[in-house]
Amino acid sequence: MSSLAQDTPELLETAAITAGPRGRRRRDRSVDPIPWWLAVVGIAVAVYFTLPTLVVIPMSFGGQGSFQFPPKEFTFELYRNFFTNPKWIGSLLNSLLVAVLAAMIATTVGTAAALGLNNLTSRFSRLVRTLLMVSMVTPAIVIAVAVYISFLQWHLVGSMWGYVFAHAAIGVPFVLVSVTSALGGFDTKLLRASASLGASPVRTFLRVTLPLIGRGVATGAVFAFVTSLDEVVIALFLRSPTFQTLPVQMYTAVTVEVDPTIAAASSLVVVTVTLLLLIPMLARRPKRR
Amino acid sequence: MTDPTTDIATVTRAQQRRRINANWMLLVPALVLLTAVLLVPLAQSFIRSIASPTWTLEHYIELFTDGVTLTVLGRTATTAALTTVVAFLLGYPYAYFMTRVSDRSRAILLVIVLIPFWTSVMARNFAWLVILQRGGPVQTALSWIGLGDIQLVGSQIGVTIAMSQVLLPFMVLPLFSSLSAIDRRLLLAARGLGSPPIVAFWKVYWPLSRGGVVAGLILVFTLSLGFYVTPALLGSPQQSLIAQLLAQRTMQLLDFEGAGALGMVVLVITLLLVAWANRVGGTISAIGVVATGSGARR
Repeated sequence: MSSLAQDTPELLETAAITAGPRGRRRRDRSVDPIPWWLAVVGIAVAVYFTLPTLVVIPMSFGGQGSFQFPPKEFTFELYRNFFTNPKWIGSLLNSLLVAVLAAMIATTVGTAAALGLNNLTSRFSRLVRTLLMVSMVTPAIVIAVAVYISFLQWHLVGSMWGYVFAHAAIGVPFVLVSVTSALGGFDTKLLRASASLGASPVRTFLRVTLPLIGRGVATGAVFAFVTSLDEVVIALFLRSPTFQTLPVQMYTAVTVEVDPTIAAASSLVVVTVTLLLLIPMLARRPKRR
Repeated sequence: MTDPTTDIATVTRAQQRRRINANWMLLVPALVLLTAVLLVPLAQSFIRSIASPTWTLEHYIELFTDGVTLTVLGRTATTAALTTVVAFLLGYPYAYFMTRVSDRSRAILLVIVLIPFWTSVMARNFAWLVILQRGGPVQTALSWIGLGDIQLVGSQIGVTIAMSQVLLPFMVLPLFSSLSAIDRRLLLAARGLGSPPIVAFWKVYWPLSRGGVVAGLILVFTLSLGFYVTPALLGSPQQSLIAQLLAQRTMQLLDFEGAGALGMVVLVITLLLVAWANRVGGTISAIGVVATGSGARR
C-alpha cells in the first residue's frame, strides 16, 4: 500500500482527537509565524466548503413561489408543505424505507466480507477487495445506465426492491472500509481463545468479535444508510410515477416545478445527515484517553 | 494412540484449511450482490454494445465518427481540467494552512473539509443554483464591480464552481497527508542560507509535496468526468457533458447499444486513470477515507 493510504487515517485520527482542552502551542510563532494571507485564504476556502449549507437553511424559512436569496420573509410555510404534501412526505417515507433495507443488506454482507478478507492474504483476496471497492470510483451514471437497462428486463425498474438492491450494492464499500479499519486493532488470538473454551463460531462472533468491532459496523451502517438516502443518479433512472425517492422529488422540484419546498427538504436532509455522522464521531471520543 | 505432537499438528492444519474455506464463504454474499447488481448489468451492456444485432464494432466506430461524442468528450475533459485547477489552487493553500495551525484548529479544519462530501447532492446543487442564479447574491456582487453580465448558471463557470467545491476534499486530503510529512526546518534552513521565501518554497517545499499533488490532481480530474446532476442543473443543455449524453442516449433516444458503448468508454477511461492514481497514491483507499471520515481506529 502507498504512503497516502497508510498515513491518512492516522493523521485524521490525531487531528480528530484534538489535543485536550488546552491545545498546546506547537511552534514559536515569532520564529515562523503563519502569514496573514494564508489565514485569509484558509478561512475563505473553509467558507467555500460550507457555503451551500449556510444558504440552504435560511432559504428553508422563506416563502412559497421563488428561489430568491436572501428570502424576503420568515415563515414555516415550506416545512408545513413538506410534511403535508403527499408528494414530499411520500417520497421521504419511500427514501427512508429503501435506505433502511439497503443499509441492512449492505451492512450484513459488507461485514461478512470484511471479516473474511481480514484473514485472507492471497493475491486473489486482494483482487476481491478491489473488486468490492470499485463501485466507489465508477461514475454513478455508468452504473445507472447499465442497471436501468438490465433492471428493465428483470422488471425491477420502479419497484422498491430495485432501489434496495442497487443502493445496497453501492453501500457495501463503505461498510467494508469502516469494518476493516475496526478490525485493524482486533487480536485474532481471541477467536482461538474463545474456541478453546468451547464456544461455537457463531457464539464467538456474537460474544467476542461483534462487541469489539461493533462501532465499525455501526459506522458502516450509517454510511450505507446515508449513501442510499442521498443517492440521486441511479434513483432518477429507476423512478416510476408510483415509487420515487426524496432526491428524485427534489430534482423534479428544481427542474420542473420550481418548488421552494426543496429548501426545507434540503435542510432536513443536511441536518439529519450531519447529526448521524457526528454521533459516532463524538461517541468515539471519550474512550480514547 | 498416536504421538500427541503430530496429532496436534494435523488438527491445526485441518482447522486452518477449514478456517480459510470459511473465510471465502464469508465473501460469497457480497460477491453475489455485487455480481447481480453491478457486474451482470455492466457485462450485459458491454455484450449488447458489441453483439447487437450481430458481432460488430459499429457502435464504437459511430462514437468516434458522429461528431457529437468527441466534442462532448473534449468539453468534459476541459471542464474536468478546469475543475482540477480550481481545486488545486484552493486546496494547496488550505492543506498548507492545516499543517500550520494548532491541533485543535486542525481538527476543525478537517471536519470542514469533509462537509462537502456528506452534504446531500441535491441540497448542494440547489444551493449553488440559488447562489449563482441570475439576480442571485453573487451576480449582484459582480454587477457592483461592473461584471454583471457574466452568466454563472447555464455555463461552464457555474458547473466548475460547484464541482470544485465538492471535489476539494479529494485534493486536500492527499495534499495534507504529503505536506504534513515535510520537515519545515528545511525551509527555515533555506531561509537561513539566504534564500528568499518564494525560492525556498519552490526549491525545497514544492518538490517534496509533489506526490500528494499528483495524487490529488488525478483523483479530482477522474471523479469530475462522471458528474451528472451538477452539469444537468447548473450547466446549459447546449453544452452537455458526457454523463448527460449517456443519459440522453438511454432515456430519450433508447439507443441502448450506443449508450452501452459510450458507457464502456467512460468506464475504461475512469478505471485506467484510477489505476494510474492508485500507483501514485492509493486512490481507492483515499476515497474510502474521505467517505468514512476518519477511518476509525487501525
